[in-house]
Amino acid sequence: MSGIRTLPPLAAYSLALGDDALILAQRLGEWVAHAPQIEEDVALANIALDLLGQARTLLGYAGAVEGAGRDEDDLAYLRDDRDFRNVQLVEIPNGDFAVTMARQLVFSAYQYELYTALGSSGDATLAGLAGKAVKEVAYHRDHATQWVLRLGDGTELSHVRMQAGLDQVWPYTEELFDPASQLRGVAADPATLRPAWDQYVTSVLSEATLSKPEPRWRSRGGRDGLHTEHLGHLLAEMQHLHRSHPGATW
Amino acid sequence: MTEGSDTSKRSWPLWEVFVRARRGLAHQHVGSLHAPDATMALRNARDVYTRRSEGVSIWVVPSSAIVANSPDEKDQFFDPAQDKVYRHPTFYDVPEGAKHL
Repeated sequence: MSGIRTLPPLAAYSLALGDDALILAQRLGEWVAHAPQIEEDVALANIALDLLGQARTLLGYAGAVEGAGRDEDDLAYLRDDRDFRNVQLVEIPNGDFAVTMARQLVFSAYQYELYTALGSSGDATLAGLAGKAVKEVAYHRDHATQWVLRLGDGTELSHVRMQAGLDQVWPYTEELFDPASQLRGVAADPATLRPAWDQYVTSVLSEATLSKPEPRWRSRGGRDGLHTEHLGHLLAEMQHLHRSHPGATW
Repeated sequence: MTEGSDTSKRSWPLWEVFVRARRGLAHQHVGSLHAPDATMALRNARDVYTRRSEGVSIWVVPSSAIVANSPDEKDQFFDPAQDKVYRHPTFYDVPEGAKHL
């Protein structure tokens, strides 16, 4: 596909947010039929489908703004990993249930602040999406919060595993707040989302008797197309059918 | 957790779910599910039973809190009502134009 660096800033921004939602939707989908209970299968699938819906709007909009004739499917299925603009947080493997819930907590809390801010974006499409999605994400955040509280403040074993999940995820949180776009009045400045995110997550961790990890490294570069080795494997599974049978319908 | 039934370590207790489809209607029993506690039961109910806009209000009740009659009592409970048609309000005419009956 053509180089993504040449995208107009608005298309690039929409693509980055869309890629976050798309890749996390794919990851969460892996839980279906593997969650601790069937009720949790359904909950995670619902969350994944919410994210997929957001991704469709955002990728479709990115394609429309780009104006090169690429639709949401072209962008989802026909790009290679270096052309994806998601943060690395969403591509890391699910791990155990605690890792997934730790990731859901930090990402949903971030998305909640993001969509709240984008609700007053000068771009009508982004503002419209954000107004709808913030309600979905409020639920995602609550779902993750409930689990982190129960596992963190549960048994000795669940506490240890929940803390281990947090420790695994935490090095990827910093990247959420790296600058994503210079579009004033349209994009949300990630740095401004941080205080509210920090306050929310800190209060959950505190109530869950968990400690905030202090990692010695941090991920970076997802927004520039630098990814972990895991993204390629995820894309292979996600894109296989479309690439093997272009235009297939059902 | 003390709520719900069957609190063995391996399985979550069972909850009965009641959903009210619209304002003004009564809650209807729609099914059951497993959840570790009441808060999670409500969320699971939202995900399992209202994901296609089926409701505006949800109740969850521990299955263990429901008292049911025994099938053995079926005869004494229900048979005596069967030959008492006069208990049905069918012996008067409904005025024309009366709605919502």
